[in-house]
Amino acid sequence: MPAILAEGLRKRYGSKEVLSGFALSVREGTVCGLLGPNGAGKTTAVRILSTLLRPDGGRAEVAGFDVRTRQADVRRRIGLVGQNAAVDEVLSGWQNLVMFGRLHHLGTRAAKARATELLGRFGLDETGKKPVKQYSGGMRRRLDIAASLILAPPVLFLDEPTTGLDPRSRNEVWSMVRELVAGGTTVLLTTQYLDEADQLAGQICVLDSGRVTAEGSPGQLKSEIGGDRLDVVVHDAADLARAAGVLARYSESPPETDADERRVSVAVRDRVTALTRVAGDLAAEGITAEDIGVRRPTLDEVFLHLTGHKEKETDLTGRKKEVVA
Amino acid sequence: MTTMIRDSWTMTQRGLAHWVRMPGQVIAGMAFMIMLVVLFGYLFGGAMRVPGGGDYLEFLMPGMFVMAVTFGIAETMIAVQADADKGITDRFRSMPMSQAAVLAGRNTADMFNSVANLAILIATGLVLGWRVRGSALEAAAAIGLLLLLRLAVLWMGIYLGLLIRSAGAAAAVQTLLFPLTMVTSTFADPASMPAWLGAIAEWNPLSATVYAMRDLFGNPGAGGGSWVAEHALLHAFAWPVVLLAIFVPLSVHRYRNLSR
Repeated sequence: MPAILAEGLRKRYGSKEVLSGFALSVREGTVCGLLGPNGAGKTTAVRILSTLLRPDGGRAEVAGFDVRTRQADVRRRIGLVGQNAAVDEVLSGWQNLVMFGRLHHLGTRAAKARATELLGRFGLDETGKKPVKQYSGGMRRRLDIAASLILAPPVLFLDEPTTGLDPRSRNEVWSMVRELVAGGTTVLLTTQYLDEADQLAGQICVLDSGRVTAEGSPGQLKSEIGGDRLDVVVHDAADLARAAGVLARYSESPPETDADERRVSVAVRDRVTALTRVAGDLAAEGITAEDIGVRRPTLDEVFLHLTGHKEKETDLTGRKKEVVA
Repeated sequence: MTTMIRDSWTMTQRGLAHWVRMPGQVIAGMAFMIMLVVLFGYLFGGAMRVPGGGDYLEFLMPGMFVMAVTFGIAETMIAVQADADKGITDRFRSMPMSQAAVLAGRNTADMFNSVANLAILIATGLVLGWRVRGSALEAAAAIGLLLLLRLAVLWMGIYLGLLIRSAGAAAAVQTLLFPLTMVTSTFADPASMPAWLGAIAEWNPLSATVYAMRDLFGNPGAGGGSWVAEHALLHAFAWPVVLLAIFVPLSVHRYRNLSR
């Protein structure tokens, strides 16, 4: 039985159809990364699966219970970490966890014990008595995740859990997720960061215009777009066009050129043959290459290939990166 | 049911914990009302003519109670809006807790707060020379009507808090409270105002409550003549009940169907 199952989910707001036949199946104890551009319907899907929103059509089960008819059963088995750190800023971290513990119907003593335990586990014991207002973004996010783990739920929804976090806090969240999954938790993670999905998810669903357009492991998705990539960086930008001509001989798909980085890239079937021949051809034509290499495609390229969106993505270093097809 | 009561109490405690953690805000709210009493009572008091004669402070205080209670709407609205905005409401909604408790807890916490505010304002009035001249029963009825009004604006505040999307909008609604609470019979006799403004002030439902308060506390200016003043008690009871009949179902519906 899958831990999360969705079939033909539909949701529309006015004339805009946000989900149009969304389907998903996540095995117990795995991480599924829901990947897609802004407005693709990621958050709407999570809100339906976590009982916050009723779908207009379709069916969904979480931990074996229908999200429409068995809301209470679903709520006992899920944790939700939304886009904002949904904790009380006025109260201290400890007070927050005790409150959420009691609202999960732990006795006062049990709620306090659980609060202390979670603060320790998430490295917040020292700041536990301070009001959340004084916490850093990473600390808030950790408290937020801790608050959704009061009952150690078998299914955890993480809606863009690292948006707005610095790289160190992001790594902390990632290791936390890995730890939870090792303990058997099923995680549905939405993200705009391809790297994040690549790092954490065993299964990736690419969401575009309200439906899943591609699904598979990161490796499968990467090989789907035509195997390995051969990159050539030329010394002189004037040689780019001729270098592209060379690469085109060894591929069925047209080469992609990045003028800023003086790079030409192409999908190749046979990595070793292509590499040796391209190196020979470039030398024969008198083109000086600064770098030649064969690599697996990035999820950026997969994403671009699958959705056809040419959009500026902010990569993990926070700098804007132009994706050129 | 026991779950609902338990969860409501946890939510109430949360509201009260805010109080303890942010005493500055609570004290500022009380100081504001006391300042208004002193400002109007002493700054303008000497120049004001109480209709039918009498002490201006005695004329003023019943209206100040009504004003303080009405201002509570902003407090409720801002708290509800902030919770929805920060995703805390969503967390509650995704939890296996009583959903009625979220609203019930807000009610209890805000009512606690208002009772304390009102007690301090009454004490201030007594210190400055305001007196209850009616019977104890009438005074109790007056306080009951004030709390009924607080409950009515509390539910209005919940609805508005769930409706508006930004803290800026909450501030705008808050600003509207000034004309709403000032264009009444609280500070001056509507008959002394320009005819159009006087008509608005007289028909402002808050004026009916102010007349009823003066009547029950035995203070001057309970009115007479106008239809609103004649039936002040009935009005002071009826219109908060009407507000409750409108805003309780609206708020519950809105809460259940919250979606962004």
